Amino acid sequence: MAEGTGKAETAAPGAELAAARQRWEEQVLARVLKRFPERQPSFTTISGLPLERVYTPEHTGGLDYLGDVGFPGQYPFTRGVQPTMYRGRYWTMRQYAGYGSAEETNRRFCYLLEQGQTGLSVAFDLPTQVGYDSDHPLAEGEVGRVGVAIDSVEDMDALFAGIPLGRVSTSMTINAPTAVLLAMYQVVGEEQGVEPARLQGTVQNDILKEYVARGTYIFPPGPSLRLVTDVIEYCSRHLPDWNSISISGYHMREAGCTAVQEVAFTLADAICYVEAARERGLAVDSFAPRLSFFFNCHIDFLEEVAKFRAARRLWARIMKERFGAKDPRSLMLRFHTQTAGCSLTAQQPENNVVRVGLQALAAVLGGTQSLHTNSMDEALALPSEKAVRTALRTQQIIAYESGVASTVDPLAGSYCIESLTSRIEEEAADYIRRIDEMGGAVRAIEMGFVQKEIHEAAYRYQMEVERKERIVVGVNAFQEEEEPPAGLLEVDPVVAERQRARLERLRAHRDHDACRRALDELERAARGTANLVPPVLEAVRVRCTLGEVCDTLRRVFGEYRAPGEI
Amino acid sequence: MRPVRVLIAKPGLDGHDRGAKVVARALRDAGMEVIYTGIRQTPAQIAATALQEDVDVVGLSSLSGAHRTLFPRVVECLRERGLEDVLVVGGGIVPAGDVPALKAAGVAEVFGPGTSTSVVVEYIRSELEKRRKAG
Repeated sequence: MAEGTGKAETAAPGAELAAARQRWEEQVLARVLKRFPERQPSFTTISGLPLERVYTPEHTGGLDYLGDVGFPGQYPFTRGVQPTMYRGRYWTMRQYAGYGSAEETNRRFCYLLEQGQTGLSVAFDLPTQVGYDSDHPLAEGEVGRVGVAIDSVEDMDALFAGIPLGRVSTSMTINAPTAVLLAMYQVVGEEQGVEPARLQGTVQNDILKEYVARGTYIFPPGPSLRLVTDVIEYCSRHLPDWNSISISGYHMREAGCTAVQEVAFTLADAICYVEAARERGLAVDSFAPRLSFFFNCHIDFLEEVAKFRAARRLWARIMKERFGAKDPRSLMLRFHTQTAGCSLTAQQPENNVVRVGLQALAAVLGGTQSLHTNSMDEALALPSEKAVRTALRTQQIIAYESGVASTVDPLAGSYCIESLTSRIEEEAADYIRRIDEMGGAVRAIEMGFVQKEIHEAAYRYQMEVERKERIVVGVNAFQEEEEPPAGLLEVDPVVAERQRARLERLRAHRDHDACRRALDELERAARGTANLVPPVLEAVRVRCTLGEVCDTLRRVFGEYRAPGEI
Repeated sequence: MRPVRVLIAKPGLDGHDRGAKVVARALRDAGMEVIYTGIRQTPAQIAATALQEDVDVVGLSSLSGAHRTLFPRVVECLRERGLEDVLVVGGGIVPAGDVPALKAAGVAEVFGPGTSTSVVVEYIRSELEKRRKAG
């Protein structure tokens, strides 16, 4: 607190500060501004939130420390979900990986585990993500490209060869066919002698964001939501240590939305999932502790730190006030973070190491539970082994060398950070109110509202870059002539052929009657209202393929076709 | 003269359409008529739309690595329908090493990440102008 001026005893503290600020503006600032005008008339974050010249206690005056900030591990969890955070244990360093065949990806997994990575994260190729076997005509050119091709339990088994599922935690980026891939993982676990209750990990299982960004949906929203809920319900009963959903803002941010929209749309989707599970008859505290989240960390450092704190506080309030959750774990927003792929440049790719470093630091200061750092070559191709190692080392340097992990939420109390946190929370809450008025997240998506907001933001950003109102180093400033980079990862086209041959072998050697019966049973269940995870489990156990299971569901549910609007 | 007509298309299974939509909007703001196919189109579907919409340009976008297979396939399908004159351009995550093969297959230009939309607009205008004079 500033020294009093004599008048202070009679004036309110706020008035004293306002008077001091006014004196500073008149006597100090005005003179400087006259001689050295500021670089631009106003400053904003990447998302367009105004940034003040200087923040003072006036900007956090409305903040109630105990009610709005509080202590870590305590409602409203603004400062973090655990009381000691990284003083107890570092975040999980979880690099997303997958390409080519199961064997190749298995080698990358083993490499990353040897390098000190503490959790696995599987990237599936696009045919797998949209429920086609590798020999489907639409899979042409895509097999093993952006992830690993998984057609059956046999592939899943090869993917985890030599990796004990009882001791490693695995995240799987899978949405529309979540039930199928989770079932395959469970069967591989069983065949390794690991009971389902001991499996640890996460499935993304967030279909709503697929309709507005990323596009790997299969079925219309209604049956999709049923499948999501089936997985949540199944996990709450049989896989107690499994995160049954990772509600994701990441891809919406990649598609161009702002930080505020990322918080708002993610939590609006989360509200929809909670409502669906409650309609299923599940008590909120029976599944909410296993809901997890996935956010992007973009380059605007202050805004990003504030975003994570705002998301945590807003979610705690929603769960408590709107859904009446009682278990403190239901109120905690636990999240994985990935640095922003869309912020990386193909120009001067080494600069991406610095971008990723800043973003990772913001995610850590924002209190993430798990982090993927992108590799410097990702604007060009899938990451090479060397680039992945540097990305992982970036996390290790932040953890072991920087000192920021030695105290909890070190930026709390910063006038700027607290002010931005409140601002992001308010604006996101406002969006959620609008989405509620439309009838919820599914309606807002069906009306195209969310897509339109994201597209507008993406276009605005692009135009700002083209007008040089936003500088991207190496792209619209500080450019130089460059040689194309060498050493990029290439996926061998032979993968697709091998994968097709493997499918042929599988189909020739399995028990056909058992497969037929399992698919018939699945179809019957899909036409009714039963939970679909058990029949899917049975189908993959007898070696039905991903494509066969998804085709069965396609017959019942139909396929979603998005309108091609711009 | 009628405005330039452009089909922006997403071949294959890749759903990342931020770039495709931003380019589509920029071309429209530059006075072109733009049709967007939406995601997950087969090369045959793209060629059929190009014919039906009578476009001058087809812009392909892919971020999944499937461009090597799918871009040349689109060019083939356009030719099968007699659309040899349509200008085909591409964009997305396309390594520089892949560009010569794509150009040999009939893709006129490939725009890498970080390309300004004004560069794309200018290219389309001047290339069509060149072709008009030549043809």
